Amino acid sequence: MLAVNISFRSQGTPIKDASIPENAPTDLFLDKHRDFIAAYGAKKDDYEYVLTEYLRLNGVYWGLTVMDLMGALDRMNKDEVLEFVRQCQQPCGGFSASIGHDPHLLSTLSAVQVLCLYDALDVVRVDGVVEFVKSLQQDDGSFYGDKWGEVDTRFSFCAVACLALLDRLNAINVDKAVDFVMQCMNFDGGFGCRPGSETHSGQIYCCVGMLSIVGQLHRINADTLGWWLCERQLPSGGLNGRPEKLPDVCYSWWVLSSLKIIGRLHWINKDKLIKFILATQDDETGGFADRPGDMVDPFHTLFGIAGLSLMGQANIKPVNPVFCMPEDVIRRIGVKPQLL
Amino acid sequence: MADSDSSEHAGDYVLYCDRENWKDLEPVPQDDGPHPIVQIAYSERFRDCYDYFRAILKKDERSERAFELTADAAALNPANYTVWHFRRILLKDLGKNLQDELDYITEVIHDHPKNYQVWHHRRVVVDWLRNASDEIDFTRLILTHDAKNYHAWQHRQWVLREFDLWDAELDYIDDLLEEDIRNNSAWNQRYYVISKTSKFTDEVIAREVSYTKEKINNVPNNESAWNYLRGVLLDTEMYKYSGLMTFCEELFSQSIRSPHLLAFMVDCYQEMLNAKCEDKEEVLAKALKLLKGLEEEYDTIRCEYWKYLSVTLSSKYAGKLEQSSS
Ligand SMILES: [Zn+2]
Repeated sequence: MLAVNISFRSQGTPIKDASIPENAPTDLFLDKHRDFIAAYGAKKDDYEYVLTEYLRLNGVYWGLTVMDLMGALDRMNKDEVLEFVRQCQQPCGGFSASIGHDPHLLSTLSAVQVLCLYDALDVVRVDGVVEFVKSLQQDDGSFYGDKWGEVDTRFSFCAVACLALLDRLNAINVDKAVDFVMQCMNFDGGFGCRPGSETHSGQIYCCVGMLSIVGQLHRINADTLGWWLCERQLPSGGLNGRPEKLPDVCYSWWVLSSLKIIGRLHWINKDKLIKFILATQDDETGGFADRPGDMVDPFHTLFGIAGLSLMGQANIKPVNPVFCMPEDVIRRIGVKPQLL
Repeated sequence: MADSDSSEHAGDYVLYCDRENWKDLEPVPQDDGPHPIVQIAYSERFRDCYDYFRAILKKDERSERAFELTADAAALNPANYTVWHFRRILLKDLGKNLQDELDYITEVIHDHPKNYQVWHHRRVVVDWLRNASDEIDFTRLILTHDAKNYHAWQHRQWVLREFDLWDAELDYIDDLLEEDIRNNSAWNQRYYVISKTSKFTDEVIAREVSYTKEKINNVPNNESAWNYLRGVLLDTEMYKYSGLMTFCEELFSQSIRSPHLLAFMVDCYQEMLNAKCEDKEEVLAKALKLLKGLEEEYDTIRCEYWKYLSVTLSSKYAGKLEQSSS
C-alpha cells in the first residue's frame, strides 16, 4: 500500500494547461483589433453570426466597449446602433437580444451599457426598463432572467448593474438581493449560480460585482476568496474558471476583475498573464481567442483588451472592473462601485 | 461549428417554402434593423425555417405544424430561447404527451449538453410531469461524458431536492472520486449532499476528515480535497482536530511539498497563534519558514500572496511577542 502511494506521488502532478507556441505574438496589435471589430459581421458568409442572433445585443456591447477602450468608438455607426437598441425594447420595458425576440435581463443590461457608452439613455423608456428589472425579483431576493423562471446569480448582477447605471437601485429590495447572493457563497469562499452550486469564476465576478455595487463587500472573506482566485493561474500564465479546467482569456478577465475589486490583483503574476493574453492574438486578422492558436472572436477580444487594461497596458483606456466599461464613462454617470 | 450545417444538404429535407401545407403562410424575414454589423448571408435552410417560425409567432398560431416547426428551429439553433418559449406554450395548449417530450429533449441534450436552454426545457417538462424517475440515470450518463458539466450538476441538484432522492448520492460521489480524485464538482456535490441531509455533526465531520485524509494520502497535491477539508472544518479549530497536525507533519516528513499541504499547515499555525498558544516564537518561526518556502520555491507564481501572508503574520504576532517578552 505504502509503495503504491509513494509511486503515485513520485509521478508528480499532471496539470491541465495550454501551451504558448514559440512564435506566439508578444506585441499588442491595437490597429488590427480595431479593424477586426469594425469589420466583424460584415463578412457575408458568416454563418456563425446568424447562430448568435440570440446574443446580438450582447455582441453590440462587446464590440462597442472594446472599441471605446481602444479609442475607436467613432468608427462605429452610432445612429444605427441606437436605432437597433431602441427597436429591441419590448412593450414590457425589457430588451430582447434582437428585434422580435423575447426580452431578457442579459440583453437588457447590454442595452443599458450601450446607451451609457453613447450617453443616450433618453432614446429609450427608462421607466420601462426599471419596471422590467423590478418585475423579475423573487421573494427570496433572487432574479429570474426572464419570465420563464431561470434563477442565476448572473441575473442578480445584471439587475443591480442595470439599475445602478440608471440610478434607480431603490426600485428593488437590495437587502434581499444581497441575502440571496450570500446564500450562494460556498465553503471555499467562492460563489456559484444558485445555493449549493459549485464555485465558478464567472459567478464570482457576478456576485463580487453585485456586492461591490451595493457596497456590501465586507460580507465576503477577501483573503480566502483571493487565494481561490489566484490559484486559478496556471504555469502558462493564463487563468482558468474552475480547478482542472483549461485557461481561457475570458476567465482570465473574470478572475482578474474580481481580484481587482477585492484589492488583491497583485497576488497573481501579471507578466505571465500578459504574455498569455498577448499570445492569443491573431496577428493577421486581429482579435483575441480563448487560448493561443484558437479562433478569435469579439467576446474574447473585449476580455483580452479589458484584462490588459486592468493590468495597466498603455494606449488602452482604463476599464472599470465591475461594469467592464471605460472608467471615464462610469465617472461621467457618477456610479461609484466599492473597491477594497 | 454549426452542427446543422452537416445535415443541411441531406436529401429528404424539404424547405418550408416548398411544402404544400405551409402555402397559406407568408414568411417573415429577419429584421436586423439598420445595424451595420448584422448583414449576413443566412444559410438557406436556416433562413427558410426561421422565416416561417417568425410567421407563426406573428400569427400566434398554436397548431401541430407549428409544434413540429419548433423542433426544426431548435435543431438549427438550440440556443434560441424564443423557440423554446413558444414550444412550451404549444406543449400546454395542444395537450402534448409530456413523456414524449422528455424523450425528445433527451436526444437534444445528448447533442447539445452544454446549452442552457435545453436543460431548462427538461426541467420544466420534469416539473410538469412530477416524475423524476429518469433523471438520476440521465444526468449520470451526461456526467460520464463530461464530469464537470455545470448544467447537468444543477439539474441533478434540483432533482435531488425537488423529489427528495438523496439516498444513493454519496455512493455515486464515491464512484466519481474513485475515477477522478480531482473532480471538483464531485467534491462540491459531497458538501452539498451532506449539508442538505445529515448535516455536519461531530460524527459526520470525523467520517469526512478521515475520508479526505485518505484521498489526500493518495494524491497530496489536490486543491479540491484540501479545500473540502477546510470546508468540513469550517467551524472547528483545525490544529486541535485529532490527528490532523500529525497527518500533515507525516506528509511533510515524506518530502511532500504540495503548496496545499504547506498552506494548510500555515493556517493551523495561525490558529495556534490566535489561540495564544505556548511557544509562540517557535510556531511563528515554523509558519514563516513554510511561507518562505512557498514564496521562493514551491509556488513561486503566487509569491506575492505568500509574501502578503508572511507580512500579515509577522505584523500581527511578532510585535506582540516582543511586547510580552519585554
Ligand atoms: Zn472563454
